[in-house]
Amino acid sequence: MSLVFLIFIPILAALFIPLLFKRLGQIHTGWFVLMVPAALFSYYATRLPSVMEGGTYVSEFSWIPSLDIAFVAYLDGLSLLFTLLITGIGALVVLYSIFYLDKHREQLHNFYVYLLIFMSAMLGVVQSDHLITLYLFWELTSISSFLLIAYWYTRDRSRFGALKSMMITVFGGLMMLGGFVLLSVMGGTYSIRELIAQAPELAQHDFFIWALVLVLLGAFTKSAQFPFYIWLPDAMEAPTPVSAYLHSATMVKAGIYLVARLTPIFALSEIWMWLVAGVGLFTMLWASFFALKQKDLKGILAFSTVSQLGLIMSLLGVAAAAYHVEDAAETYLKYAAFAAIFHLINHATFKGSLFMIAGIVDHETGTRDIRKLGGLMSLMPVSFTVALIGSLSMAGLPPFNGFLSKEMFLTAMLSLQEFEMFSMDVWWVLFPIIAWIGSVFTFIYSLYFVFHTFAGKHQPEELPKQAHEAPIGMLISPVFLAALVVLIFFIPNLIGDWLVKPAVAAIQPFLYDSPQNVDIHVAAWHGFNTELFMALGIFSIGGLMFWTLRKWQHLYDLYPDAVSLNRLYDEMMLLSGGGANRFSRIYMTGFIRSYLVYMFSFMTFIVLLTLFLTEAFQVDFSNLAPIGVYEIVILLAMVGATLTILGAKSRLTAIIALGAVGYSVALLFVIFRAPDLALTQLVIETISVALFLLAFYHLPQISRKEERMKFRFGNALVALGVGVTMTLVALSAHSQKALPSISEFYKETVYKEAGGGNIVNVILVDYRGFDTLFEIAVLGIAGIGIITMIRLRLTKKEGQHENK
Amino acid sequence: MEIVMSVAIGLLFMAAVYLMLSKSLIRIIIGTGLLSHGAHLLLLTMGGLGGTAPPVVADGVSVSDYADPLPQALILTAIVISFAVTSFFLVLAYRAYQELGTDNMELLRGTEDYE
Repeated sequence: MSLVFLIFIPILAALFIPLLFKRLGQIHTGWFVLMVPAALFSYYATRLPSVMEGGTYVSEFSWIPSLDIAFVAYLDGLSLLFTLLITGIGALVVLYSIFYLDKHREQLHNFYVYLLIFMSAMLGVVQSDHLITLYLFWELTSISSFLLIAYWYTRDRSRFGALKSMMITVFGGLMMLGGFVLLSVMGGTYSIRELIAQAPELAQHDFFIWALVLVLLGAFTKSAQFPFYIWLPDAMEAPTPVSAYLHSATMVKAGIYLVARLTPIFALSEIWMWLVAGVGLFTMLWASFFALKQKDLKGILAFSTVSQLGLIMSLLGVAAAAYHVEDAAETYLKYAAFAAIFHLINHATFKGSLFMIAGIVDHETGTRDIRKLGGLMSLMPVSFTVALIGSLSMAGLPPFNGFLSKEMFLTAMLSLQEFEMFSMDVWWVLFPIIAWIGSVFTFIYSLYFVFHTFAGKHQPEELPKQAHEAPIGMLISPVFLAALVVLIFFIPNLIGDWLVKPAVAAIQPFLYDSPQNVDIHVAAWHGFNTELFMALGIFSIGGLMFWTLRKWQHLYDLYPDAVSLNRLYDEMMLLSGGGANRFSRIYMTGFIRSYLVYMFSFMTFIVLLTLFLTEAFQVDFSNLAPIGVYEIVILLAMVGATLTILGAKSRLTAIIALGAVGYSVALLFVIFRAPDLALTQLVIETISVALFLLAFYHLPQISRKEERMKFRFGNALVALGVGVTMTLVALSAHSQKALPSISEFYKETVYKEAGGGNIVNVILVDYRGFDTLFEIAVLGIAGIGIITMIRLRLTKKEGQHENK
Repeated sequence: MEIVMSVAIGLLFMAAVYLMLSKSLIRIIIGTGLLSHGAHLLLLTMGGLGGTAPPVVADGVSVSDYADPLPQALILTAIVISFAVTSFFLVLAYRAYQELGTDNMELLRGTEDYE
């Protein structure tokens, strides 16, 4: 089957979920869903051997050919690794969710539909070679993440967290789109592979820096880097399977993926290296430091995820340095990319298991507050073992996979001393130091997570539920992941050959032709070197600080909430919402007069501008009708009546004056040889005046207090503008005949074609019969409207009586 | 004559717009009435005010003598439609009076705070 269609299999499966949930409600819907990622995982795993040899697969489906937009599935080492993570962890998470979400109480169809949409979107992100469809899938992950965080949408915190993650990641996504567009403008193609091929030329382009910064904004918001990480802790309101899947193993790694994927394009830039490595490392330190402030189990894990993502990000930054060194494959700089990918895999295993344990603790005790927990070790022995393995791996202790990648992380940071460009020769020393401090805090929060939950004194009176071990089914996934954590420690080179090296070759194609050329051997023991002493330092200092944690943890409370990034976000949201509201209030006054003023002023402006820009204004004196005495007298009467309306004190005067204007117009029609118009006008005017008088003079409710209209200069100005415009339009319209009038045709054919003598009547009922029909329809609609309005009163009054 | 008419039309439009910008509902309706008168005269003037005979076929009248029939047809339609709109407006205003007891647009702008 074509690879590109495989991406859409989860979304297609999602179509059947509501049906399965409604029809087969007694079977947990998750069992059906489980088949999707499991089958996809098995299928993609069969591609592994050839990708390991450096093979790639491309499959294309043209979507909008006219805009050169296509779905392109490109499978190489990097995308295959992510694909396997998405489907593999996906299967485990779905299995876990079957026991986590109750089939009777939860809206399972919603949950699994969102989850499957996410799965397709994420597969699309990591497999797309086309920038525009990559962006499409990228935003789809944000949307499905929004839906999943807000899954328990009746909770305020869920909705808040969902909105926050949406605002921040979609903001980043839009920036990234800008970067993509710039890239395609520079390279003339949307294909990432083709862009990579012309990387040296791209680096010379003026837009290069802009594209770089914009793309990084997208990656940093998605991967929760400082200062955008604030959405991730709030996203923990999602059900725990979602946190384990989206917010630790897959979606938050989309930013990592993007940075890794685009490294061959951007690595030539000094700014790229400084930004990626610097922001990543700072994020690692910042988040590990604040993880200890958290009281919520999932809060600790959220900060730890942010910190670990920062770690991987910084490694990718260092990996970019290899582009600037001759024979980088011979130096220690080669370790950075390998360490990044290796740690990404390890993080998925241990963090996935830890999240699941946090969910189990929440599920079985009813709380995630670490202050209420403690002493669960004897009650939940399996969970404790899994949590211990995960935490110690996260802390970087042997014999767990975290130890290996942590050592390699330190190696990579130390390797910067070999790098002498970009003022690194001065600043390189900061990198290992910050990495070391971050690792110390990582060590402390790992122990804090596991021991403050499972060791210490059990407080059954604080727990909403009687604590007990989770059901077997719920433990399968975390136990499996914990087993991997240990297993990978013993077979790191197998993992390296199968998964890491193909991905590294994709990140650094200029360094390695094929995955076999990646000459890195992972070993737990490599003698007494700097890394080992740094690790020993981490364990001893970290252990000591953890021992005394209770004495200094309250120092975190001194940190004022008022200056936090969360506060900044809240203020910005308030400001933008309130600001937009206030801004529209300035012009949306609620007065119809204001709106009319806008319309009239704009119309005047546009018409006058067009008249003068196109030089349409001209007056032709040659073809004027003579001025007659009667006409002048009638016009004067009309003007006088108009002025009377303006100055009238009583409504009656105004109505009668309006009638006078109407009759003057009728007389003008007589003079200008329009007998039909004159007749109609006379009839209509009479009825109108009668109607006016009926409606307003004989109404008892009218207040007798009537006053003359006050003069308003602004209104007068607008009115004057409209009046002058209309005069100019009338003059120009009369003076110019760009096209011969169709009137001549009517005059000539009226008798022989239509057999009528009254040209106006024939036009109305014959030539333009449909117009007249619609005119009658308008009259009918107005009549129905009038009747309805009058009836409305009657029914409403009856209703009021009934209520009484 | 057309120039004089153009000025008169401008005057009608000016008065109409000024009335429509006032607070009183009835003045707004009177304004729309004036506006349609202005529009009718505008149509007539655009076609030219020449022609010595009404556009009715008669013996001894050449084609060029007729007044332009096209604006007249348009105006005839416009008169009827403006009548429909005016009467609709009138009943609307009349009902608003009955229900709300005011014809002041300032007081008809809905609730003060709609957040």
